[in-house]
Amino acid sequence: MTDITRLWVYLSASPLLWLFATLAAYVLADRFAKMVGRHPLANPVMVATIPLALLLWSTKTPYTTYFEGAQFVHFMLGPATVALAVPLAAEFKRVRRLAVPILVALFAGSLTAIFSAVGIAWLLGAPHDVLASLAPKSVTTPIAMGIASLIGGLPSLTATIVVVTGILTGVIALPLTRLLRVHDHAAHGFASGLAGHGIGTARAFHDSPIAGTFAGLALALNGLLTAILAPLVMRLF
Amino acid sequence: MLQSFAILLGFQLGGEVLVRVLHVGIPGPVVGMAMLGVCCIASLKLRRTCEAAAATLLGNLSLLFLPAAVGIVQFLPLIAKQGLVIGAAILGSTALAIAVTALTFRFVVHRMKLENRE
Repeated sequence: MTDITRLWVYLSASPLLWLFATLAAYVLADRFAKMVGRHPLANPVMVATIPLALLLWSTKTPYTTYFEGAQFVHFMLGPATVALAVPLAAEFKRVRRLAVPILVALFAGSLTAIFSAVGIAWLLGAPHDVLASLAPKSVTTPIAMGIASLIGGLPSLTATIVVVTGILTGVIALPLTRLLRVHDHAAHGFASGLAGHGIGTARAFHDSPIAGTFAGLALALNGLLTAILAPLVMRLF
Repeated sequence: MLQSFAILLGFQLGGEVLVRVLHVGIPGPVVGMAMLGVCCIASLKLRRTCEAAAATLLGNLSLLFLPAAVGIVQFLPLIAKQGLVIGAAILGSTALAIAVTALTFRFVVHRMKLENRE
C-alpha cells in the first residue's frame, strides 16, 4: 500500500474529512449564490449537493461513512427547528393580525399540495404505494415519513420526494410569486414554507426576514395539518 | 451565544420527552418550537437571549439540509422506475401549492383590508 492510499484509507473513514467536505461545499455554494445575487437557480442546497454526491460516487464511499461526519451538521436541524420560534415571537403582532389569511391560505395550500400531487400521479397511472408516498411531499421529512408509512407509502421514497420538492420550491417560489404579482413578503414566505418545508424556508430567509418567519410558521402548521388531511385525501384514490 | 444554544437544545429535549410521554406523531423539535414560541412571547428577555443562536442557525439553514440531500442521491434509482410520473407530480403540485397559497393569502388580506397598517 502506498503512503497516499494509506492516508486516504485513514481519512475517508474518519468523520473529520466528511464534515469538512460538507462545510466546504456549503461555503463555496453560498459564496457562489451571493456572487450571482441570490438567484433562485443558485440554490445552495442543490449546488453543494452535486460535488458532494460526485465525490462519494467517485471514491465509492458508502453513505453511512459520509453520514458519520455529516451527522454533526444534520443534528443541528433539531435546534434550528426550535429556533424558528424566535422570529415568530418577535413578529407575533403581525402574525395575530394576519391570523385569518394565514389559516385560510393554510387550508387551501395544504389541500392543493396533497390533492394535486396524488391526482397528477393517479392520472398518469402510478401505483398506490407511489401515490401514498407523494401525498405528504410538502411537509418536513420526519412528519412526511410518518404519514407515508401510515397510508401505505414507502418512507425512503417519500424522503427523496420531500427533498426534491423542497429544492424545487427554493428554485421556483420567488419567480412564480413575482409572476403572479404577489410582492408581499408574508404571502411569498408562507407559500414557500407550506410547499417546500425547511428547504423552502431556508430560501425564504435569504429573501427577507419576514418571508423566512412566515415560512417557518407555514412549515409547522402544514406539518400538523397534512398529518390529518393526507389520510383523508388518500381514501379518494 | 452558548447560553442561547443551550436554551434551544433544552426546548428540543422538552419536546422530545413530551411526544414520547404523550405518544403523539409530531416530531419533538416541532413541539419544542411551539413551547419556545409561547415562552418568547411571554418573556422579551428570553427572546433576546435566544436571538444570537437563532440568527446563526436560521441564517445558515440551507447547510443543515446537505446531509439529507446527499442521502437522497442513493435513493434516486427508486424514483427512476416511475421517474416521469413522480417528476410531473412534484413539479405540477409544487407550482400549484405555491400559487394557491400565495394568491389565497393575498386575496384574504385584500378582502379584509389588512394591508400595511403598521
